[in-house]
Amino acid sequence: MRPAIAGQRRIGNQTVLFPTRPAIISAASVVGPKEGQGPLAQEFDVIKPDTHFGQATWEHAETTMMREAAATAAGKCGLELQSLDLMLAGDLLNQTLASSFAARQIYIPFIGLYGACSTMAESMALASVFVDGGYAQRVLATVSSHHDSAERQYRYPTEFGAQRVPTSQWTVTGAGAAIVAAGGDGPAITAATIGKVVDFGIKDSNDMGSAMAPAAAQTIVQHFQDTGLPANHYDLIVTGDLAEVGNKILVKLLSEAGLNLGNRLDDCGLMIFDRQAQNVKAGGSGCGCSAVVFCGHLMRRLLAGEIERLLLVCTGALLSPTSYQQGDTIPGIAHAVAVEANASGATGAGGGGGGRI
Amino acid sequence: MAKNRRSTKSKARGTARALMARGVPGVGRSPGKRSEQVERYKQLAQEVGPKRPLARNVLAAFVVGGAICALGQGVLNYLLARGLPKEEGIGLASAALVVIAALLTGIGVYDVVGEFGGMGSAIPITGFANSIVSPALEFKREGYVLGVGARLFTVAGPVIVWGLVVSILVGAVRLLLGAP
Repeated sequence: MRPAIAGQRRIGNQTVLFPTRPAIISAASVVGPKEGQGPLAQEFDVIKPDTHFGQATWEHAETTMMREAAATAAGKCGLELQSLDLMLAGDLLNQTLASSFAARQIYIPFIGLYGACSTMAESMALASVFVDGGYAQRVLATVSSHHDSAERQYRYPTEFGAQRVPTSQWTVTGAGAAIVAAGGDGPAITAATIGKVVDFGIKDSNDMGSAMAPAAAQTIVQHFQDTGLPANHYDLIVTGDLAEVGNKILVKLLSEAGLNLGNRLDDCGLMIFDRQAQNVKAGGSGCGCSAVVFCGHLMRRLLAGEIERLLLVCTGALLSPTSYQQGDTIPGIAHAVAVEANASGATGAGGGGGGRI
Repeated sequence: MAKNRRSTKSKARGTARALMARGVPGVGRSPGKRSEQVERYKQLAQEVGPKRPLARNVLAAFVVGGAICALGQGVLNYLLARGLPKEEGIGLASAALVVIAALLTGIGVYDVVGEFGGMGSAIPITGFANSIVSPALEFKREGYVLGVGARLFTVAGPVIVWGLVVSILVGAVRLLLGAP
């Protein structure tokens, strides 16, 4: 896996490499009560007992959650938030309100991102570009979603008694924050594959797994084509929030494309909830879904050495209430970031030499 | 249709090929082929996706809707037994159901009932109360004018508008048929 021209960081059609191996020196996750009752409860940094987070509006609750995730991540590596060079943040609200409001208080250079639920990978990929290119030393990548702020914007008032259909997904209340730095200890981000917008004509906003699965398939297949890596290179390829339906479709699409990943393939939307007991239908969704599963669960497994090489493929459904009311189809996108357990700067980082990309 | 008889596997293969060949079928690019790909993928998604549990939903709607109606009947019987005329009793019983549903919405119970009962809790007058109270609660944060005032009928509005339209049409037909 080398670029055609020496020194060039772009390979294939959609992939960029980060030869300086920017490290995730710290990550933190903050979740609401429902996520705190799920199977990954032990792996989150902060579990709030109340979805209001002590605020009067859902929007402020989400803002508070993002700020807390950022502050916790900074605190874990002994840094002041204000000492970071850049904040890249996104959420699901109109005009990415939660991110801008969080950035108002954090008060460091800020770029707001929107990639629907793909934003965690988007922010980490861009953070790595900044760090690898030498444009920043330490970048905060953070995203959030809040079940109730999303419900009121995309669907119904939160107390409205509508029955959800089996293909629908439950927006995760959670925020994840990762600090990507030049040097330092922590898992390294080695490559990113920037997704294309893929639309196979799904219109049902209660079936976003189907809408996003082709985008995930495209990005994963392209990642392997661009890098030339074997299918078994990654210990785990985890998609953002395809949930039950999207995950099943993805397995079929990848298998037809010649990639049989078996139990190396998983999905954050399937991992975060107990689907039957917690009545979340097809599974979890939202920016916060992949954010907290990565910043909580997957980061712990990377640090513990349980996963050596991870491909995080965050999936987003790029619809708006206006677009689906006007009968438009749902465009999907998926961004992938490759993460390796041992950062280059770490001492005694042997083992995974063969997997270095 | 030959297309429908194709296996899930071949639909997945077709979609995967389309992805590989050109990234994605771009909108507007070779429209004939795109519509074929869309159709094939839609069928794949339908086959893979879970079916709506129709029997369970119907049963839950029957039980919940029936319970709400039985409650209304109970209130009405009580009022009639207390000597209220039937016309007034019906109005008061409906009002009682509205108050109960509004209260249950306010304390966060009605949405749970709605998730279980579906249309069984949406169609009775209690569902209408829920559809008014829930936006009132939700949009109070945007103030009494632009929030509650402007968005009170976000859910119930279409029902009122089209209910009125249909009732006018039915009334007109009735008039034309020469009903008294």
